[in-house]
Amino acid sequence: MIPAPFEYVRVDSVDAALTALVEHGDDAKLLAGGQSLLPLMKLRLATPEVLVDVGRLRELSYVRDGGNHVAIGALTRHRDLELDELVASECPALAAVTAEVGDRQVRHRGTLGGAVAHGDPASDLPAAIVALDAELVVDGPRGRRVVVAADFFAGFLETALEPDELLTEIRVPKTGRAGFGYEKFHRRAQDWAVVAALAARDAGGAIRVALVNMGGTPIRAHAVEAALADGASLHDAAALAADGTDPPGDLEASPDFRAHLARVLVRRALEAA
Amino acid sequence: MEDVRISLTVNGHPHTHDVEPRLLLVEYLREILGLTGTKVACDTSSCGSCTVQVEGESVKSCTMLAAQADGADITTIEGLAAAGTYHPVQAAFHEHHALQCGFCTAGMVMAVVSLLEANPNPSEHDVRHGLEGNLCRCTGYHNIVEAVLAAAESR
Repeated sequence: MIPAPFEYVRVDSVDAALTALVEHGDDAKLLAGGQSLLPLMKLRLATPEVLVDVGRLRELSYVRDGGNHVAIGALTRHRDLELDELVASECPALAAVTAEVGDRQVRHRGTLGGAVAHGDPASDLPAAIVALDAELVVDGPRGRRVVVAADFFAGFLETALEPDELLTEIRVPKTGRAGFGYEKFHRRAQDWAVVAALAARDAGGAIRVALVNMGGTPIRAHAVEAALADGASLHDAAALAADGTDPPGDLEASPDFRAHLARVLVRRALEAA
Repeated sequence: MEDVRISLTVNGHPHTHDVEPRLLLVEYLREILGLTGTKVACDTSSCGSCTVQVEGESVKSCTMLAAQADGADITTIEGLAAAGTYHPVQAAFHEHHALQCGFCTAGMVMAVVSLLEANPNPSEHDVRHGLEGNLCRCTGYHNIVEAVLAAAESR
């Protein structure tokens, strides 16, 4: 399978990327590791006229101590996050979820920013940054803005990013050794989740729960969190996991089966957290 | 659309070509360089048959543009050992009958070499988890895992 023709522009700085986006507007799409975008282009589900390759922006590949958070450059590869000591000690839930993305080959190319900006509700990392209450740093011709993860995902494969903006940094609050559990149900080891659930405690011990593939965007299981805050047992709280969700039906699972999976996986994730 | 000039090293040999931006790395290797040891099977980045090494790390070459490989050092199955000799992983696959039809083997071997570089003493679980991006539709996983553990042992 071969993508539709496109113009290829490689940029070597954030400024050059932003200039290219302004120049090409809606016709352009950013290429990071390409592990989500290229398969879509091969299926011709995405047919950008211009591909702006930001994959070599070394300035956006880093993990830094930001005080109360860990600051991660958008083009940091999954593999580098898996191996990073600061992430392992301060954001262990992110490290664990990252290790479950795709397979080794995919993690050698894919990037955190790419996965987040792609905004796939079936993908691991968008839900993880929602559960971890991360902040997203976005640069564009109108300057810099910071978007909280809960406001970032607007719809299926749709984010708060404007066509001329670039996600540059992901700020993940430090949790230290606070507990977490990530439960992913898939048909084959490397597949997208049919459903997955991340339960993660923040540094204060409060639990947040996010669901993968239970709607058009990664979502928080608010009913579960509220029940836990009111003192419900893990078991009773997990029974509310599908409340307020709109899970898709497809060849892999019906909406009802997804709702069942959400209740089971949330219970297991809570038990681990 | 304008061609892109790429210069890269494949199995130790430098190459420069003008390619279409949409040319995939696997097609560049197979159709332009004639290195047909790298296979295309699923073509959807699921099966791992097209695995090569880019800067020593396993990558699915059906999910990378040739243009993205500009400047890179690439190894394919042809470059793993001198002609007439086996890389230790290839020798272990031979010894442990780790292939049946053989279509997944080149990608499997390239993934294993990269895996053992990162983790020279893997457990059986590490091997199975590390190879989840490579499918063998003969389902010959048992002997593949045996071969990888033996190759790790012999290093």
